[in-house]
Amino acid sequence: MRNTMAIAKREVRTYFTSPIAYVVTAVFLVVTGYFFAADLLTRQMANLRGFLSPGSFVLLLVTPLLTMRLFAEEQKLGTLELLLTNPVRDIEVVMGKYLGSLFTLLVMLVLTLYYPLLLRMFGDPDLGPILTGYLGLFLLGSAMIAVGLLASSVTANQIVAAVLGLGILILLWVVGSVGTAGALGSLLDYVALPRHFTDFTLGVIDTKSVVYYLSVAAAFVFLTARSLEMRRWR
Amino acid sequence: MIEVRSLTKYYGDFPAVEDISFDVKKGEILGFLGPNGSGKTTTMRILTGYLPPSSGTARIAGYDVVDHSLDARRHIGYLPETVPLYTDMTVRDYLDFQGTLRGMDQARRRKRIDEVVGVCRLGEYRDSHIGKLSKGYRQRVGLAQALLHEPDVLILDEPTIGIDPRQVVETRQLIKSFGGDHTVVISSHILPEVSMVCERVLIINEGQVVAIDRPENLSNRLGGTERIHLEVRGPVKEVMGVLRGMKGVQEVTNEGGDSLARYTVECRPGRDLRAEMAEALVSRGWGLLGLQAAGMSLEEIFLKLTTEDQA
Repeated sequence: MRNTMAIAKREVRTYFTSPIAYVVTAVFLVVTGYFFAADLLTRQMANLRGFLSPGSFVLLLVTPLLTMRLFAEEQKLGTLELLLTNPVRDIEVVMGKYLGSLFTLLVMLVLTLYYPLLLRMFGDPDLGPILTGYLGLFLLGSAMIAVGLLASSVTANQIVAAVLGLGILILLWVVGSVGTAGALGSLLDYVALPRHFTDFTLGVIDTKSVVYYLSVAAAFVFLTARSLEMRRWR
Repeated sequence: MIEVRSLTKYYGDFPAVEDISFDVKKGEILGFLGPNGSGKTTTMRILTGYLPPSSGTARIAGYDVVDHSLDARRHIGYLPETVPLYTDMTVRDYLDFQGTLRGMDQARRRKRIDEVVGVCRLGEYRDSHIGKLSKGYRQRVGLAQALLHEPDVLILDEPTIGIDPRQVVETRQLIKSFGGDHTVVISSHILPEVSMVCERVLIINEGQVVAIDRPENLSNRLGGTERIHLEVRGPVKEVMGVLRGMKGVQEVTNEGGDSLARYTVECRPGRDLRAEMAEALVSRGWGLLGLQAAGMSLEEIFLKLTTEDQA
């Protein structure tokens, strides 16, 4: 645990001493801010739907940029060799990097809290869907970061890692919309990322959805640990 | 402290290291000598637990590097050839990070960081960003992190590559001073360096151990003698007699006549006979026109060993 926290701390520091976190956060804020403002002006409703739905998609676009460097950069620079020859378990390294990235995402989400604050100042928004909406975004982001983490572990090239991560995420995003009927259709629908998010924007916390996002995150974190191990045996 | 038994590593079908066995005693400095691509780095990566061997075993302080990898790694300080450091951190933060991962508590980290910063002469740079340091200073940071947790075993891959000559000398002295407290394995393709720093040398070529011995024994074992070339004006027979009569001389050959002859004297290594020879010849009134040592250096031994197959 101590090792994991030390690695997570270092990751967060790297994010905020390099331009990555700032640029990604700025882009996220500008784009989601536009959606929020446009929706608010046209519909004149004190809720966050104008931010949450497009926000989830913008998240899909920016998380691979946040995660691409995690392992790819260290492989390119060779620092992974020193990191992995320390007396730390692979899973501690993976979890450390995951948590570091997740914390950065959390900072990004916290910065959007001025949207609901504005609503609260000038209107009377229903707080329920806002809170669940944020929970949904965070859970969705947790799963997406795990996907990006895996993508970063299989290459020494950050661009490849970003494209790979984005590819997997888009696939998971659209897989439910093929409209296949029957058991396969409902399975694909269950596997898809956005389907579970909708509930959260409506103020509903469905245990199934929470479990779904946490399982995706756990599965990809686990796969990343395996991927590190594979590198050694190659 | 280090026991390696029939270690083999394949990359696909290519054997990078084949059936290597050796031991390193506590406090000993062993040099890995070999041309580029001979398997030095691969062997070190196996010892440090970064790569698993295809077969064979390696133990560090009694712990198998595969089965008890974490325990083995706790006893190792490692400096990879490329000195990969986090350039966005300061020296102090970086050492603190490495110390944490090695299970050192805060008080011990503080104490040891001060100590290694002193040993590696990084004092004025302890709060500098690693990215702003020159190659030579980064090398020192690399050494500092390897020493940090007072490991029993230090594994240093080409520790003097790419730094300026004055720093090379300092680094060598530093490494030499590690012997005794630490068991050290260094790799190098610079031969004088290895003979200067190491108590034993392991010569590796194409993934196989060609020889392992003390530097001076290596030259003995190969029938390695030190050769001295002489050019003398004087009676050949008598000159031969004088040269052969000297202590340590094994063989003398000559060509040419009384007016000028070349002699090649083979003598046992370890003693420089040049001054004695000059004295002996000149005192007899013969003309000494040339005298040159052509001793068999580690360089020749190395070439001889690593090119024997092709010869």
